[in-house]
Amino acid sequence: MKKYTNSGSNDTRSGFGEGLLEAGRRNPNVVALCADLIGSLKMDAFVKEFPERFFQVGIAEANMIGISAGLTIGRKIPFAGTFANFATGRVYDQIRQSVAYSGKNVKICASHAGLTLGEDGATHQILEDIGLMKMLPGMCVINPCDFNQTKAATIAIAEYEGPVYLRFGRPKVPNFTEANQKFEIGKALLLNEGTDVSIFATGHLVWHAIEAGEILAEKGINAEIINIHTIKPLDKTAILNSVDKTKCVVSAEEHQMNGGLGDSIAQLLSLQMPTPMEMVAVNDSFGESGTPEQLMEKYGLTTNAIVEASLKVMNRKR
Amino acid sequence: MPTTEELKNTATQVRRDILRMIHAVNSGHPGGSLGCADFMTALYFDVMKHQPQPFNMDGKNEDLFFLSNGHLSALLYSVLARCGYFPVKELATFRKLNTRLQGHPTTHEGLPGIRIASGSLGQGLSVAIGAALAKKLNNDDRIVYTLHGDGELQEGQIWEAMMYAAAKKVDNLIATVDYNGKQIDGPVDEVLSLGNLKAKWEAFGWDVLECNGNDMQEIVATLKIAKQHTGKQKPVVILMKTEMGCGVDFMMGTHKWHGSAPNDEQLAKALAQLEETLGDY
Repeated sequence: MKKYTNSGSNDTRSGFGEGLLEAGRRNPNVVALCADLIGSLKMDAFVKEFPERFFQVGIAEANMIGISAGLTIGRKIPFAGTFANFATGRVYDQIRQSVAYSGKNVKICASHAGLTLGEDGATHQILEDIGLMKMLPGMCVINPCDFNQTKAATIAIAEYEGPVYLRFGRPKVPNFTEANQKFEIGKALLLNEGTDVSIFATGHLVWHAIEAGEILAEKGINAEIINIHTIKPLDKTAILNSVDKTKCVVSAEEHQMNGGLGDSIAQLLSLQMPTPMEMVAVNDSFGESGTPEQLMEKYGLTTNAIVEASLKVMNRKR
Repeated sequence: MPTTEELKNTATQVRRDILRMIHAVNSGHPGGSLGCADFMTALYFDVMKHQPQPFNMDGKNEDLFFLSNGHLSALLYSVLARCGYFPVKELATFRKLNTRLQGHPTTHEGLPGIRIASGSLGQGLSVAIGAALAKKLNNDDRIVYTLHGDGELQEGQIWEAMMYAAAKKVDNLIATVDYNGKQIDGPVDEVLSLGNLKAKWEAFGWDVLECNGNDMQEIVATLKIAKQHTGKQKPVVILMKTEMGCGVDFMMGTHKWHGSAPNDEQLAKALAQLEETLGDY
């Protein structure tokens, strides 16, 4: 098992903040909007450096999405930031009509996604956002795994023409990918080559997948671990090549099973390469208050859950 | 600049187009489209500086218009075609399979003149604000115009946008309300009254103008006044009284023609009231 080292835990939203500032420095057309959550989204540095290119819209997310769409007409590249819940479900029709259907170059930047938002509870813990966004034709959906990757993804989406949903989170999590990495949208990243089981993880669950790989290695199991930071467009080739070799699959994500990464992989495999599969995801349930660690434990989004799923699915191999 | 008479003639042809387009596919929204034909004609044939050919999505150094109440699509398509954005004969494809003239306006099929999809109500004012802000950033001093239905103002997003535009002094924006007092289910006052609409816009910090939207001379004059009111730290709105179905006697004074197409007999009766001024498509 390839060794990965945490270079110092940090939050992915801070990666977004740094990436936004960098994107703003590189391209004067990059602008940012926020619905009263500048601090939470770590947008302060951009606001300070580019006050004339920042729009505080207040607690009015629908208006924020519409303004973003309008800004693209004047060739601006708007990064609209708020919590994942308010960035998707609350404004689904605005995104659908004014952004996705209209093919506008809006970057929807969603923090505090999933259970790890923690104590605020289920009203704020959206677990359906990936599904909502990936269903929209033409929408690119990205869920990076750590600080460095979120920063790189933020810079990369500024250079990509088209609507993007960028999902990140609140808590400090291990930072183990390369600093200043080149982020390639739609490209799965092979973290460990293996032959016994394919583990596809996204977002915060990627680190847990690595930990699971280490535990499996101790048991003599050689897991292939792949970071799927882009849920749409899905790197079908990477997935099919891996599954062709391992013949069984585990997906892991901080999202509902319905509509998430696992759902996308299952669709691909059922059409092209039917394969036994287990999903580590929230099973048709809302979240609740608690610390991020407690919630991930209670809802089964842990390293051990990935290990158990791997053992189970290997037994199901044909 | 066209004379009032020329503008009236154009609006009459636009009304014929609207009715013929909607009749041909037995679907569409004639009532509001007829009511706003004079306004849209004045805007596109006199007031706005715009370039039909080649169409530029970014509209740099052009005035922009956003139709927020997208169900007036037949009206917008007719005006755009008559301005030269696309061939007038293409109006015959309205709402038919594989058309660029979708039921509600969209950029998806690449129809020149359309810069955003609309149809799901309440979104156009926000989009227009974004386009207006981009113009300011780009040092482009042209103006952004919108049209909204009065029933559409029941959507909450409109009020978010109203609040924003005034608070942030988006003063290169002229919004227009088609104040015809009617919506699908009946009179706006009965469905969900807007109360004192003028006072509401004023309270939100807008510069409010009023006009008769079916009097060409008054519309042109009001739009020119509105233009003079831009650049003064306030967004401008025109509350434009119109008659739904205007130009066709049996379509006026009722909400029944909001979303119903005329049959053959009704079309003939309507067209008899509207002279073919520019030649039918």
